Amino acid sequence: MTVLFGIFLLTLLVVTAIGIVRAENLFTAVILGGIFSLLMAANFFVLDAVDVALTEAAVGAGVSTVLLLGALALVPDREERSARGRRLALAIITLTGLTIGYATFDNPHLGDPDAPVHQHVAPWYLEQTPILIDIPNVVTAVLGSYRGYDTLGEVIVVLTAGIGVLFLLGLPGAFGDRKPEDVAAGKTYLNHHLVPQVVGLLLVPFIMLFALYVQFHGEYGPGGGFQAGAIFAAAIILFALIQGEREALNLIPPRVLVVLMASGALLYGGVGVLTMLLGGNFLEYGVLSSNPVQGQQWGIILIELGVGVSVASVLLAIYHAFAARGR
Amino acid sequence: MEILGLYNYWVFIVLLMIGLYTVMAKPNLMKKLLGLSIFQAAVFLLYITLDKIEGGTAPIIQADAIGQIYANPLPQVLILTAIVVGISTLALGLAVVVRIHEAYGTIEDDQIQQADLRE
Repeated sequence: MTVLFGIFLLTLLVVTAIGIVRAENLFTAVILGGIFSLLMAANFFVLDAVDVALTEAAVGAGVSTVLLLGALALVPDREERSARGRRLALAIITLTGLTIGYATFDNPHLGDPDAPVHQHVAPWYLEQTPILIDIPNVVTAVLGSYRGYDTLGEVIVVLTAGIGVLFLLGLPGAFGDRKPEDVAAGKTYLNHHLVPQVVGLLLVPFIMLFALYVQFHGEYGPGGGFQAGAIFAAAIILFALIQGEREALNLIPPRVLVVLMASGALLYGGVGVLTMLLGGNFLEYGVLSSNPVQGQQWGIILIELGVGVSVASVLLAIYHAFAARGR
Repeated sequence: MEILGLYNYWVFIVLLMIGLYTVMAKPNLMKKLLGLSIFQAAVFLLYITLDKIEGGTAPIIQADAIGQIYANPLPQVLILTAIVVGISTLALGLAVVVRIHEAYGTIEDDQIQQADLRE
């Protein structure tokens, strides 16, 4: 039954992707993109990747659709017809697709326990995590501790992309010449729709609460800083859509946002420096407490907090950069 | 039924090729970015397909479930952070597209090239 459900979802995914490519109205394409991400999240869930499904649902279906719509408000929303290079592109993808497709017949089947990927180091992580770190969610343990260097790198990449967007588009009150007072005040999007306004505003505190739950329960269930950051940003974005861009800029001033962007990454790196001062290696959390297992847990909670703050503020700053540019 | 075990890989290939086609054949820059997102999502799907074990569950250890099989956590960690990095790079791409539109008045790459050649 699960297999059939998976095949159904995957087929819908292909149909949606073709819809995105064929849609001449870019607004349609972007909305289909949101559906594509939601279907992808459902697929990840069927494939036992709950953390990834949560991330894809929050980031892909939620925030990235909003960002695409924000950008679409600033550019033409119709694509011009063009048949240039179409035949060549079709020939290339057919040839490449068939070549990779031929190679799949040597691949292990879905769920095969003897597949090479399950034989090498993966069992070690599943066996040793309860002993060395003692938190139930192995994904969080690998993300925060075993692979802490790489996750720090990812946070820096997110921060760098955020800085790049701010340099390109500016953020009223923090980057560029514009001031928050230049941004149109008042309800701009939903001023004729009372029900979404009231219901949406009621939801905002609960979304924030859920973000905090995902942040601090990430060691025990699906979740962590990346997901919580995206969900928290989504709550503020919902507030901005209902109450207007100016109100949202007043709620969390852009200057504070820019400081938060950097301080999340700084907290992460600071934990690394602290462990060095305490006599361990960079990001070796064991030295944070007399009990190495507890030290690991404290370290993971701290760096996840840094990740959450950085991701939330970067996504929010990017949203503001697009939303405030138009008006 | 046996051959359906490869269905995930075929969907991965089709999505990858749809993404590649969009980037190559569509002149609209927004469309290109959407195609790039599809291409990227296809790679995510391939990695997540690898983690599944028959009869397994999500890699959250339950102390009272002895002998429980868990999915492979390593591809999941890789893709989790890749999704967040993916949206950051998408945002950067969108910002560049917005600036291109402000400078050229169009987001079709052939028209942008013509405008460059005229100068």
